[in-house]
Amino acid sequence: MLRYALFRIALIAPLLIGLSMLVFVIGRVLPGDPAGLAAGPYATMEQREAIAAEYGLDQPIPVQYWRYITGVLEGDFGRSLMTRRPVAGDLAGYLPATLELVFFSLFLAILIGIPLGLIAGIRRNSATDMTIAAGTLSAMSMPQFFLGLVLQLIFGMMLSWLPLSGRLPFIVSPPPGVTGFYTIDSLIAGDLTAFRYSLLHLILPALTMALAPIATIARIMRSSTIEVLQQDYVQTERALGLPSSLILFKYVSKNAASATLTLIGLYVGWLLGSTVLVEKVFDWPGIGLYATNAILNQDFNPVIAVTLAIGVVFILANLVVDMLYGVLNPKVSNKQ
Amino acid sequence: MSEVVQSTGSAATRSARRTNWARGFYRFRQNPLSVVGLVIVVLLLLLALFGEYIAPYPEHLNGELNVANRFQPPSAEFWFGTNEVGQDIFSLVLAGARISLLSGIAVIVVATLIGTFIGVIAGYFGSWLDEVLMRFTDLVLTLPALILAMAIAAGLGPSIPNMILALALAWWPGFARMARGEVLSTKAELYVLAAKAQGGGNTRILTRHILPNITSPIIVKMSLDVGFAILAVASLGFIGIGVRPPTPEWGVMLSVSRSNLPHFWWTAIFPGMAIFLSVLSFNFMGDGLRDVFDPRARR
Repeated sequence: MLRYALFRIALIAPLLIGLSMLVFVIGRVLPGDPAGLAAGPYATMEQREAIAAEYGLDQPIPVQYWRYITGVLEGDFGRSLMTRRPVAGDLAGYLPATLELVFFSLFLAILIGIPLGLIAGIRRNSATDMTIAAGTLSAMSMPQFFLGLVLQLIFGMMLSWLPLSGRLPFIVSPPPGVTGFYTIDSLIAGDLTAFRYSLLHLILPALTMALAPIATIARIMRSSTIEVLQQDYVQTERALGLPSSLILFKYVSKNAASATLTLIGLYVGWLLGSTVLVEKVFDWPGIGLYATNAILNQDFNPVIAVTLAIGVVFILANLVVDMLYGVLNPKVSNKQ
Repeated sequence: MSEVVQSTGSAATRSARRTNWARGFYRFRQNPLSVVGLVIVVLLLLLALFGEYIAPYPEHLNGELNVANRFQPPSAEFWFGTNEVGQDIFSLVLAGARISLLSGIAVIVVATLIGTFIGVIAGYFGSWLDEVLMRFTDLVLTLPALILAMAIAAGLGPSIPNMILALALAWWPGFARMARGEVLSTKAELYVLAAKAQGGGNTRILTRHILPNITSPIIVKMSLDVGFAILAVASLGFIGIGVRPPTPEWGVMLSVSRSNLPHFWWTAIFPGMAIFLSVLSFNFMGDGLRDVFDPRARR
């Protein structure tokens, strides 16, 4: 197990170097004329050259990459043209908001998806099962930005049950930052009003993001429940008269754990990608919205930084998932 | 050896192929949802080709405004209502089918070409070439496709061809991995070894013996991916990268409609339903095709 863990961690370094090169090429080489973009459309040739010299854009590409990567290692992602602030600071502010949303939607997906799949598996081929199957298939085809708008329309505008957008209302001040997750920070500070509001603000965007994962985990859970119920040992225990609820709990709970891991492995990247859409719909001040605004303003430093940050989070999340797989199933870790 | 079989048994092969098609269609029909998906997909493709001609208000597609009729609710005159400049939303949604569907299909075709090329080269030639190409593929996979496509699209600048290229450049790794895996298993088949033993060159073996035998899984993946590519095109339109207003693209229409809610809900609901329906129907159809080509995946 330890060897497997070390092996996996050792693999991260080349991956990160490759990722930074890829992102660098997309952000600095692809646009063709980054200095011209930074200087703006009305700049003179001299102004452009001055900017190119200032940002080191007149240097050969490998030199530029070296400068960039040493800067990143020191926590310097350059400045945003749009906000005029260092990108690293912006990122530190926006990343926790995105992660809070991603975690909360994973939590919702597990909370809702596992029981759904379990019910569908137990009542296989019943009307309930069919309904769940049709629902999950539709859920996977639902565009998130459309779902978000519909939820806003129904629960925010027509019923006025839940807030439309943002993380907190203007009148409530955010809790002092510890983790950057408003729900956790407000609990640490003992501020129940802020906790209540931040939770209410989370529900719609998290539900929007969770719909497709709910469908997937329900499908995984359904088929693993069916598989378990057909096993000989389960049939034997049934014949011995053990209550089905006990049998289910005993074997299916283990499956629930591995279904959850599979889901997280499958969906972390997808969720991080979809924050771009969901954050736009709900004006959620995370890195997705930040990246979108940066792209629309042709502001490349934030785009590079966000892409890199998402890649790193994705790599780390997959590492954790793979390690936990190893814990759950020793066969996996013995392979390497 | 394969040459001999081909030359003597072409009639038999043809009839065997026909039986295969019949069997495939039978399997496809077994799943009613796939048939529904296929019917809707065919309808959508017809709309994509001829939508402009049956639109009740074709002049609105060329940007003509009718401000006197702005924000009309759905009625017999305007089936889906009108938008903020009085254009008929039904006409716009019909015209949007062309951009969304054709872009989605184009993304998948380009991604398939790139991915299959890389995957086949990696799988067939193996050794260091395989290592380099596959590590690069893994690297691209560490970034969520949408984020990667956004970043590339931002670098390339806004236009429909650039958006298609950006999405394809984010989409090919799945095809590369699949093609490589298929080539690896096909490469070991006896007929490939036989062709090699007869002195067949790499190009001939690849194009005559390997490619024809890896097409069906690739076609299945293509059909399963088209729905998601349509979704991705609409997503980029919604964000504001790629197709720009006033081009009638479904994602763009949804994005514009946000400021019209809640009173003018029809400006959002109909384009949104159009996206949902086309993604859903492609997914249903793709499921059916998978049943046909890969019966093992059936449950």
